[in-house]
Amino acid sequence: MLGFIVRRLLATIPVMGVVALFVFLMLHLSPGDPATVIAGDYASPADIERIRAKLGLDQPLHIQFGTWVWSLLQGDLGISIFSNLPVTQLIGQRLEPTLLLALTTLIITVVVAVPMGVIAAWKAGTWIDRSIMIFAVVGFSIPVFVLGYILIYFVSLKLGLLPVQGYRPISEGFFPFLRSITLPALTLSVIYIALIARITRASMLEVLDEDYVRTARAKGQLEWKVLIVHALRNAAVPIVTIIGIGIALLIGGVVVTESVYNIPGLGRLVLDAILKRDYPIIQGLILMFSFVYILINLAIDILYTLIDPRIRY
Amino acid sequence: MSNEQPVLELEGLSVTLPAGADRPYAVEDVSFAVRKQEILCVVGESGSGKSVTAHTVMGLLPRKQLTPVRGAIRLLGENLLEKTPQQLRDLRGARMSMIFQEPMTALNPVHRAGDQIEEVLRIHTDLSEKQRLARVLEVMDAVRLPDPQKMRHSYPHQLSGGQRQRIMIAAALALEPALLIADEPTTALDVTTQAQILKLIKDIQREHDTGVLFITHDFGVVADIADRVVVMQTGKVVEEGPTERLLKSPQHAYTRMLISAVPSLTPRHREEPARSQVVLSTRNLNKIYGGGGFFQKAREVHAAKDVTLDIRRGETLGIVGESGSGKSTVARCIVRLIDPSGGQIFIDDDDIALLPTRLLRRHRRRVQIVFQDPYRSLNPRLTIGKSLVEGPMNFGLSRKAAWERARDLMNLVGLDPKAVDRFPHQFSGGQRQRICIARALAMEPEVLVADEAVSALDVSVQAQVLELLDEVRAKFDLAMLFITHDLRVAAQVCDSVAVMHRGVVVEYGRTAALFADPQHAYTKSLFEAAPGRDWAFGEFEELSAAQAGAT
Amino acid sequence: MTLSVERDSFAGSFRANVAALRRQAFQRYPTIGIGGSLLILMIFVAVFAPVVATDDPIALNPIERLQPPGTDHWFGTDMFGRDLYSRTVYGTRISLIVGLSAAGLSVLFGLIIGLIAGYIRLLDAILMRVMDGLMAIPGILLAIALVSLSGASLVTVTIAITIPEIPRVVRLVRAIVLSVREEPYVEAAVSMGTPLPKILLRHVLPNTVPPLIVQATYVCASAMLLEALLSFVGAGTPPEVPSWGNIMAEGRAFFQITPWIIFFPGIALAVTVLAVNILGDGLRDTLDPRIAKKM
Repeated sequence: MLGFIVRRLLATIPVMGVVALFVFLMLHLSPGDPATVIAGDYASPADIERIRAKLGLDQPLHIQFGTWVWSLLQGDLGISIFSNLPVTQLIGQRLEPTLLLALTTLIITVVVAVPMGVIAAWKAGTWIDRSIMIFAVVGFSIPVFVLGYILIYFVSLKLGLLPVQGYRPISEGFFPFLRSITLPALTLSVIYIALIARITRASMLEVLDEDYVRTARAKGQLEWKVLIVHALRNAAVPIVTIIGIGIALLIGGVVVTESVYNIPGLGRLVLDAILKRDYPIIQGLILMFSFVYILINLAIDILYTLIDPRIRY
Repeated sequence: MSNEQPVLELEGLSVTLPAGADRPYAVEDVSFAVRKQEILCVVGESGSGKSVTAHTVMGLLPRKQLTPVRGAIRLLGENLLEKTPQQLRDLRGARMSMIFQEPMTALNPVHRAGDQIEEVLRIHTDLSEKQRLARVLEVMDAVRLPDPQKMRHSYPHQLSGGQRQRIMIAAALALEPALLIADEPTTALDVTTQAQILKLIKDIQREHDTGVLFITHDFGVVADIADRVVVMQTGKVVEEGPTERLLKSPQHAYTRMLISAVPSLTPRHREEPARSQVVLSTRNLNKIYGGGGFFQKAREVHAAKDVTLDIRRGETLGIVGESGSGKSTVARCIVRLIDPSGGQIFIDDDDIALLPTRLLRRHRRRVQIVFQDPYRSLNPRLTIGKSLVEGPMNFGLSRKAAWERARDLMNLVGLDPKAVDRFPHQFSGGQRQRICIARALAMEPEVLVADEAVSALDVSVQAQVLELLDEVRAKFDLAMLFITHDLRVAAQVCDSVAVMHRGVVVEYGRTAALFADPQHAYTKSLFEAAPGRDWAFGEFEELSAAQAGAT
Repeated sequence: MTLSVERDSFAGSFRANVAALRRQAFQRYPTIGIGGSLLILMIFVAVFAPVVATDDPIALNPIERLQPPGTDHWFGTDMFGRDLYSRTVYGTRISLIVGLSAAGLSVLFGLIIGLIAGYIRLLDAILMRVMDGLMAIPGILLAIALVSLSGASLVTVTIAITIPEIPRVVRLVRAIVLSVREEPYVEAAVSMGTPLPKILLRHVLPNTVPPLIVQATYVCASAMLLEALLSFVGAGTPPEVPSWGNIMAEGRAFFQITPWIIFFPGIALAVTVLAVNILGDGLRDTLDPRIAKKM
């Protein structure tokens, strides 16, 4: 088992390397001089020179990459151009709201989407199945920010049930936190629920055609137990896979949701940085998000072996 | 005939197919009975409705698609068609149980073997955990599984095919049901394993007074296991009778045809030809799969070890073996669909074993192959004609000549030359296999490889395709390599036979000699396991009037 | 399709029939019709925008700023007094152009890379690591960064949206290639000496078409969403372009007073994306139920 984890961990190195290379080249191979781009339209030549020196842009490309990766390996994501603070420190300050938003969304999603998909597959072809699938396809089509504003408009402005915008840290009490996070998490989870419910239904349908489901029925097993004990566990691998791949969707959604609900998280940090062209922050955050994605999917790979004994390590 | 109540009695059962199917009923007006301590075989080709019948009894038909509309199914006198789903569920697994064709897929891959047996006890009894465990170990022992205490913790994929089917049987028998339905339970198993499972079913049926409804397509199995036989064709029962009577003097023409189509285990007499020229030969052919992963150590499998064979012009060499014996590996190496790991493959005097793709192309024409699965062997998007002309045109034949040849070959394999414009799905499996033979012949090969080419076909179709293969071999003086798991088939078409076991050729010789007096222990065990080996199928006796009246 | 229980291959014919029956029962949804006609309607609106619109979408009219929906201005006006209905109509063009181009481009590049990866072992490992890496970068961030670096224009936005979509297409094509090349009919072609390019063209490529059409609809839907999103966060097409995202971005500041500025283009976007998604689902069920299930 340990050997397997180590091997899988090693296998992520080339992928992480590719990500780092992408993020690096994005800045350096884009048209125009990075320093000029970063400095913006109204910068003086001196400003540009200052930025160039600060980012080491006067060095040859491979040296720059080497230096950058070396500092990355030491946990140094660079210094923000505007605030002059280390990027890691900025991330640390903004981590909580994003992490909790993502986690709440994930919990809502799994709790809602998996039963929905199971029921849809069980009742396949009936109006229950059809309603769930219509919800899924509609949920998948509404832009996150439009949904956000619709919810704010009706739930907060018209009904006055929840705060319009803003975030209350969990240290200010669980209840205020919960009130502030509810709408954003609901907004964000709709698209994710749609995705997971669909894949749950599809993979349940596939599994329900399997011989061992027939065997379970031949033993006289109760229908709901056939579904849960026999089918769902076998359908779990594709579901978990999509939950993992959906993390990318979640991260993207976080950026937008934070913007709609004015939540001071990492999404806002990266958007602000993009508007200000604060490159170290952009690079740092994209790298961090990608690594999180890779590591979560690695964890899911390891989870497979617990779900399905046939998957060997 | 005993007056005792039968375990299972079907009376005028009809099951409808959904609208749009090619016939209104999957099963029509079927009546038969399984008595106590009896094994009743229902035998038929695909589409005969035998499997639907079995699933109807268990109440396992897909809802809304196949519906029993008439008749009665009585289990110990109670009509199952009048039961509520709840009542039916209580009977399933307890009073009647079922085992299936493919034990790998019929067992849940994520649950342990012991738990899957125990499940039946959990559902239907109030036994304590301790009692359940005791019973699980008891039935595992009864189906002769070694070391039940350890094996109950295994997952299905860690067991062999035979062990998996034993687990299925153990689960089915855990509550001593009155009726056991076995739906082709040995079809997916190797012949030696099949023999053991058949013996087990027979023993258990005797020990526990179980009535067995046994579905099969294989008359060899029927001969070995059945007390009585029901023959089905397109949803109807055509004949019923005690095994010996039915096999020796079948009354219905269809039954006679089916039984006559079973190839005999006695090799057909073949002219011992003057030793003709060797067209294809292998010398110490080796194939090793796996090994050398970058991050993961892959397991090495030595699929073929030092295989040395000769195939002569106009002769058929059979390679016989069970699954995993390496017989298909050898075939695929010879056709160079996979690259051998070592050794030589000579076509005439050219060694093609390790030729790079670039130089290989020119030799491609000389060896052609026919595969097992007729449904995947033809590109579904191309007309038959386009599949037939592809090869010859690769080698420079003009379009016109290639189409001309395609039509001639259609004729040769017994199909309408005008059908070249049709698509594969418009043909039956047997016809598709004929087309594949035509496609191979279009290349004017020197060697024809048939890789389990008749294994997926019903027995009557199988006989015709075998006939065709033998015809074209004679007509074109082909050297043929015939890969099969079926000794009966090998006996009918092969001049020489090589028996493979775990990648090694264990015995190799003229068919007649090898079948008459097998030397190697493994070959002997293969022959001993061949179902129905003591029967000469198709040598019918006419019934006397008195006998006929008795049935 | 006529169902048949008459097949002369005994293995699993009963099971296969049950599966086919079940599949057929699900396929009777009129989804292709609904999605297709909605999409055609949207394309019509885009092509004939000058006729469908009531006003000039960029003409400023400060006197009529922030008007609510009414008979003069069906969807109301924005903060510069521009007619929202006309702007929404013209916005259809941007959305469809970006959506369709991204779908076409990602399928084209994905197909080429996927075929190479599926057939050339040496390049496979390298290409797939690159695709894994590309997939790990959140699409939105990648697109935002690419646009902000290379300057906002319709072309850069389209490219920035296409790039994160490519890896998924590559994986799909590669998976199909790897499974098709194991098919006996492809092996038969190999043994008949058919050269590789011809095998790809005749036997492999046609198998990729149905799933790629389906995939293209999904890319199109997600590209339209992403395009609006980029504009919405201020990293999309230049603000003067009347794209749905830009209209909504301008409406953010006044959301509590004039929510319709966000709602109307938002609904237009949602309906268009929905049409494409429904069409995709319908096509998937009809063209290739087997591969569809795995998606």
